Amino acid sequence: MKLVTAIIQPEMLETVQKALVRHGVGGMTISEVSGYGRQRGHVEVYRGEEYTIDFITKVRLEVLVDDDEAEALTGVIVQAARSGQVGDGKVWIVPVDTIVRVRTGESGSTAI
Amino acid sequence: MILEISAGDTAWVLTAAALVLLMTPGLAFFYGGMVRAKSVLNMIMMSFISMGTIGVLWVLFGYSMSFGDSLGFEVGATSDGGVTYFGLLGNPFQFAGLQGLMSPDSVAGTIPTLAFVAFQACFAIIAAALVSGAIADRASFGGWTLFTILWGVLVYFPVAGWVFSFDGMTAEHGGWIANWLGALDFAGGTAIHINAGISALALALVLGPRIGFGTKPMRPHNMTLVMLGAGLLWFGWFGFNAGSAVAANTAASVAWVNTMVATSAAMLAWLLVEKLRDGHPTSLGAASGVVAGLVAITPAAGSVSPIGAIFVGAIAGVACAYAVGLKYKLGYDDSLDVVGVHFVGGMAGTLLIGLFADPDSPAGVAGLFYGGGLDQLWRQAVGAFAVMIYAFVVSYLIALLIKKTIGWRISPADELSGIDLAEHSEAGYDLSPVYYTNKVQRTLVLTKDDLDEAAKTGASK
Repeated sequence: MKLVTAIIQPEMLETVQKALVRHGVGGMTISEVSGYGRQRGHVEVYRGEEYTIDFITKVRLEVLVDDDEAEALTGVIVQAARSGQVGDGKVWIVPVDTIVRVRTGESGSTAI
Repeated sequence: MILEISAGDTAWVLTAAALVLLMTPGLAFFYGGMVRAKSVLNMIMMSFISMGTIGVLWVLFGYSMSFGDSLGFEVGATSDGGVTYFGLLGNPFQFAGLQGLMSPDSVAGTIPTLAFVAFQACFAIIAAALVSGAIADRASFGGWTLFTILWGVLVYFPVAGWVFSFDGMTAEHGGWIANWLGALDFAGGTAIHINAGISALALALVLGPRIGFGTKPMRPHNMTLVMLGAGLLWFGWFGFNAGSAVAANTAASVAWVNTMVATSAAMLAWLLVEKLRDGHPTSLGAASGVVAGLVAITPAAGSVSPIGAIFVGAIAGVACAYAVGLKYKLGYDDSLDVVGVHFVGGMAGTLLIGLFADPDSPAGVAGLFYGGGLDQLWRQAVGAFAVMIYAFVVSYLIALLIKKTIGWRISPADELSGIDLAEHSEAGYDLSPVYYTNKVQRTLVLTKDDLDEAAKTGASK
């Protein structure tokens, strides 16, 4: 089992979600996060004073999948989230030891 | 002299008094939205506490210090057939506890004296609350509460008497600015805005800047709250200015229209400056422009024409939009721009009367642009600078006294984590569902049973 984590532009969330649902993904978790990479921050003007904002708002999207689906799913996210501009985000895959469904106690792939 | 009480005038002044009281919660929202989320309640409470301390002081002896028979001395007159008495301070004992004012014979102009007491009480309350904007996020609530008391007694009550107490209205002798000098201040450009604005500067200097001032952006956390507050201020300000006619008459109507149009012009002017300078007309700029216009027209509402009011508002809007940037260059942390908006706006409005005063207005005085020469302008300047110097010096001394005794600043750790929790044990926005899953407790409180259980399972290790 794998955990696919994607950091994407907030405005791309709807596109990515639709693509994932079409791909057959049954659930996902999102959170609002802040960070920076190559895009760095941006300059804001407040009352005529300029400030550099380091952290930019992004959306983190997490999906649990079976081992053999992870690569394809990553491809779907990358394709849907890409605008071609700096700041489009990143996607990574990490292995998962155990998954338990709280309601039934099922574990492993059936709990995904 | 027997004076008739006018039912119409009384009804209007009582209504106006309620409108002015509403300005203080309006100011609380205006200020509260401008600070960061961790300080919103403290900011709001600094305004509300003024309704407590000043409200009680006003009844005890504040009214008497402002509107009792003025203690002073005889000097030469400054104008033909003018007043020779230089009134400095209302007798604090004459109307202490508002004694004798409940009688039906007690009138001020054409209204019961207590209606005038009510109206002026709300002025004193908001004047003190205005100052708090300079010391956002960092002042101990006890220090601020003590400041409102000392500032009311030593600064506001005397100055209100200088400006608002006309000879023969509530006592034989009134204050020197209104009578001896003859400066025009319809609703408090000097007594309220220059006074509170320069006192705010004194506090900002004594307290020092917030941690991170000038290097970290401290943007408003809730602009919708700021706009709501600005709207309530504008609404209440019709009571403030039109009510200052102390009658339901032409002067009140002129003041109402001037208050509307000067504010409209100031908002446009501020937004234009922002658009040209920064690229975006901001909602904070609109709210600030509204307040700048209201401040500037406050002294001038009864002495300029509606066209003159447009000039007063527009000039103040531009002046204040540039003045709010000074704090970054000069390094004083006037957090919410009390100096930039209230001091600068009040100064602009007070001095512009000397230029734009229209002889056809209720005040009947001609300024420089209406052929009146410089006579009114110097009177305005003397009044404005006298209040500025007195208020700055006394406020600075009060602030120093508090700093040396009970102290002003909360600890750096409390300031960084947020003054709301440190000083009031509350958070402005309990939006996280996590807080409500058990009881509303931010810290997990373990009972003895929990601890026993934990000891048994070894979890406490």
